[in-house]
Amino acid sequence: MAKLESPRYTFLFATAVCVVCALMVSVAAVSLQPRQKASARLYMEKNVLIAAGLAKPGQDVEIGEVEKYFEKDIKARLVDLATGELLPEGKVDARAYDQRAARRDPGTSRAAPPNNAGIGRLPKYGVAYFVMKGGQVEQVVIAIEGLGMWGTVYGFLALDRDGITVRGLTYYDQKETPGLGGEIGNPAWQALWKGRHAYDSAGLPAIVVIKGQAGPPDKDPFRVDGMSGATITSNAITRLTRFWLSDDGYGKFLKRFREKGLA
Amino acid sequence: MNKHNREALLGPLLANNPIGVQVLGICSALAVTTRIDKALVMTAGVLVVTLLANVAVSLVRNHTPGSIRIIVQLSIIASLVIVFDQILKATLYELSLELSVFVGLIITNCIVMGRAEGYAMQNPPLASALDGIGNGLGYGLVLVLTGFIRELLGAGKVFGFVVLPLAKDGGWYVPNGMMLLAPSALFIIAGLIWLLKTVKPELQDKE
Repeated sequence: MAKLESPRYTFLFATAVCVVCALMVSVAAVSLQPRQKASARLYMEKNVLIAAGLAKPGQDVEIGEVEKYFEKDIKARLVDLATGELLPEGKVDARAYDQRAARRDPGTSRAAPPNNAGIGRLPKYGVAYFVMKGGQVEQVVIAIEGLGMWGTVYGFLALDRDGITVRGLTYYDQKETPGLGGEIGNPAWQALWKGRHAYDSAGLPAIVVIKGQAGPPDKDPFRVDGMSGATITSNAITRLTRFWLSDDGYGKFLKRFREKGLA
Repeated sequence: MNKHNREALLGPLLANNPIGVQVLGICSALAVTTRIDKALVMTAGVLVVTLLANVAVSLVRNHTPGSIRIIVQLSIIASLVIVFDQILKATLYELSLELSVFVGLIITNCIVMGRAEGYAMQNPPLASALDGIGNGLGYGLVLVLTGFIRELLGAGKVFGFVVLPLAKDGGWYVPNGMMLLAPSALFIIAGLIWLLKTVKPELQDKE
């Protein structure tokens, strides 16, 4: 078949295939984007609930339930990480704030100070969720992230209203080795953090994932059991958690919060 | 349904199973079989992509210049996979987080390419569609079996429900951690191939 092998036909055929395929992919990507964004946000906010102990890991949480929590009991606010001050309420919709996108945008981020948590850029604003009960702040949930063994680990850390005691922890996006470092996604391991102290008496980040087993929280407040076969992940978790608790992360804000509350 | 078409659909289930006999698609079979639900979603992806890719390739088979046929097949497959990944992200977000890496790998899944080049290029759309479904199901059969064994022995669960209570959660079963790692799938799939070739001796290599 001479026609099929002519360069002109071959070229035209290749072009036609490209156009049709490109069209198919673009239509799918554009038309599905709103749903994808909504799903991603729902998943993130569900993890705020899990960190705060309001939902169980693995439990199916309807979008309506998440909405109910965020309308009533949970207040999302933005924190100026450099000063530790809260942005006035209503100025920016903190729930719609995309911290990952903000970190990538040079206009809303800066180069991070030297650190060992694998954090290259810092967003100007970090999101903090206040879990309210009867008009009082019950817990404050902060977003943490950093380099694990295979990629960036994203999670939430819930602190008690004293700003020191850990109330819960989740990692909602991580690529650590399944069965080893991937155990950071295991609710049983995350539960070991409950009741431990994030800061020591001098106000410095003190929580640490150790090799081996730690004692009960009241006797051994700063140490968390390590995961066997996952030294690199364990150390990475210590570094990234401490980074966000330090003055480069949410440290200044948490200090203010300990002293003055929401004011 | 004539004999030719029936063979296209049912052949790949056992007698010509893509993993067991053609030994295609092993790479993804190692990665996505730690849990049955993952294996099922991956099966759905491969089935839909193989089906649509086969039909598309078959429709243009008489118009495709031989010199660029492979890259044409690849473009069609890659586009379909991206669309599937986008749909997954919009509907089953949590699963997509774990599967997205592997869904991208459907593009390089030998089954899809192999069926497009080996079958759809020579056969009409209907037969190609059936061949796509058959191979997707044959792949899925092995995947789900492997996933069942790995999830049960590795995590004590089936479909996420606890069947063997784990020692660390107060039960009695000490899980086999290796089952959660990729190498275990090699052993299990090798075992399944052995079983298949023992039950059907005509599949054994003669030499």
